Amino acid sequence: MSTQTPPDALLDVRDLRIVYDSPRGPVEACSGVNLTVRPGEFVGIVGESGCGKSTLLFGIAQLHSAPARIAGGEVLFRGKDLVTLPPKELNDLRWRNLAVVMQSAMNALNPVRTIGDQFKDAILAHEKWTEERIRERSAEVLRLVAIDSVHLGSYPHQLSGGMRQRAMIAMALLFTPDLIVMDEPTSALDVVAQRSLMVQIKELQQELGFAVVFVTHDMSLVSHFSDRLLVMYAGQVVEFGPTRKVFDTPSHPYSKSLLEAFPSIRGPKVPLTGIPGDPPNLANPPAGCRFHPRCPVAQDVCKTDVPDLYTLGASADVLSRCLAHRPNDPIDISLATEVTAS
Amino acid sequence: MTPLLETKDLSRHFKVGSKLFSHQLLHAVDDVNLTINEREIVALVGESGSGKSTMARLLAQVYKPTAGQITFQGKDLAQLRGRRQQLQYRSDVPMVFQDPFASLNPVYKVSHGIKRGLKLHRPELDASARHEELLRVVAAVGLNPPEEIIERYPYELSGGQRQRIGFAQALAYRPKLILADEPVSMLDVSIRIGLLNVMAKLRDEEGVSILYITHDIASARYVSDRVMVMYGGHVVESGPTESVLSDPQHPYTQLLLSAVPDPRAPLEISTEAAKAEPPAVIDPKPGCRFRARCPIAVEQCAHVTPLLQPLDPQHKAACHVTAPAPALSS
Repeated sequence: MSTQTPPDALLDVRDLRIVYDSPRGPVEACSGVNLTVRPGEFVGIVGESGCGKSTLLFGIAQLHSAPARIAGGEVLFRGKDLVTLPPKELNDLRWRNLAVVMQSAMNALNPVRTIGDQFKDAILAHEKWTEERIRERSAEVLRLVAIDSVHLGSYPHQLSGGMRQRAMIAMALLFTPDLIVMDEPTSALDVVAQRSLMVQIKELQQELGFAVVFVTHDMSLVSHFSDRLLVMYAGQVVEFGPTRKVFDTPSHPYSKSLLEAFPSIRGPKVPLTGIPGDPPNLANPPAGCRFHPRCPVAQDVCKTDVPDLYTLGASADVLSRCLAHRPNDPIDISLATEVTAS
Repeated sequence: MTPLLETKDLSRHFKVGSKLFSHQLLHAVDDVNLTINEREIVALVGESGSGKSTMARLLAQVYKPTAGQITFQGKDLAQLRGRRQQLQYRSDVPMVFQDPFASLNPVYKVSHGIKRGLKLHRPELDASARHEELLRVVAAVGLNPPEEIIERYPYELSGGQRQRIGFAQALAYRPKLILADEPVSMLDVSIRIGLLNVMAKLRDEEGVSILYITHDIASARYVSDRVMVMYGGHVVESGPTESVLSDPQHPYTQLLLSAVPDPRAPLEISTEAAKAEPPAVIDPKPGCRFRARCPIAVEQCAHVTPLLQPLDPQHKAACHVTAPAPALSS
């Protein structure tokens, strides 16, 4: 399963393990995740609540705090391992090279200070700019996200939800970082605002050339925007490949179920079942394949054999954690798939 | 057949502005005519600020209407007198809230809320009948085994399970109509379908009507019989779900549909309309409220408020361009 690091990788997460220490023993929320992001690439990370996707993101930005800790692995960003980097160097690099946009901008902004003040804080943490230069740059990034610079003097409550979220993105752009990590930035918005924000992020990315790691539970949201898609389940990567391939020919039963879990506005109306059951308790994950209790095509062997992340024979750029793709003695899930589909 | 619930030119305005004697009025809901029949799921669709939650609160009698009338089973709600009649209405028309993490009391078992409702609204039941009814409603929303679930505390349940408890609470009152305000928007995409299926089951097996408030038009299509699209406090299009969604007439409905992420369809969106913000309808002048974002607006849209015009007996739209009013003959 060793993924070769492309020499030009901007971010290279290697075998990252993050555990939460609990009174009943450690809970592993991120079990050996490998992920590479190239400069300018848009990588989507999808999965249900509790699958470890936000934990992974916190691990990448080194924002985790106790009881979470890194139990192993490396996070190589521009060749430096963030896990072992001294705090001073880490602080220097954060926001300048690696920025984070949090889930609900409603709460991420300080309600009693103006947008401009908060931008200034972020700048002064890194640079000794003059007032004038700070104003100039702040106004410039606000214009990038199509907000009038008059709002530098506004308080967060004076902006709509979509504007607040865009202001957060503007703040992340202050130093034009190489990588922006986004944790469900659109989940508090309605459909129209959500779509327009996605289009804007994509436009900015093409204009400024930063890479994006985008976490969401809504697989369909990233379908038109991400270059590669990583599907997580129970702390593990279960599928990773070019977005179009994952959508058109999902190779893991979980990706397939996720994709079929939401109703379409086109085509015939079909009854859907969603994914039965709940995500597993990570303190005590199921034996064998972690998805087997909810898998529509699970077989007996799935309860005992632990699947690895296999390269697909048909397309070498897709990885799948399903016994159907193991090189020796793969199981046959095609028949069962047809039965559930009919 | 009289509809179960009907509103007539229902409006709700809020005073806004920081000045003490400010007379600015925010028109959250303006002249809405809504009907809900028995055993029917009606979806109320619109973006944040379109007035859909205000509608729910008007129907739940949290707000009093500024103007207009609500009739339930032929009776005007403004005529309800006394606690008994109020209680009766509240048990006929309960509400399910958006956030399942905030709407259940964390220090009580989940059976507590359901039992309290039963005691209040169905005092004729004795303790054992109450317990039986408790188990029945929990099972009816697909929580199994009910004996075990009712002993749990909210933190022991997932978001989807908690929201099912929300529906079980409403169901315990033997309601005629459940007001569900964005019941699935806080849940993961993968478990939303389960809740939508519960709603359809309540309609089919319990005979309950549901007002399903959402901004997700795809889920509205999946579960509802009729759909009403709101924009800026006005209903801009309404009709049978299939006919509205397969042949949307109002440009706003078309925008909503194009914004739904669908990996099976090519990406197409008129970014101009999508980027603009929904209006704050403060002291509105006559005219179409969507005109600033509308790709097909004409001169008339700036002066005359379009009214809902029937396109066929059931499908109506309020647009000067796609659903012009019949010319006045005089």
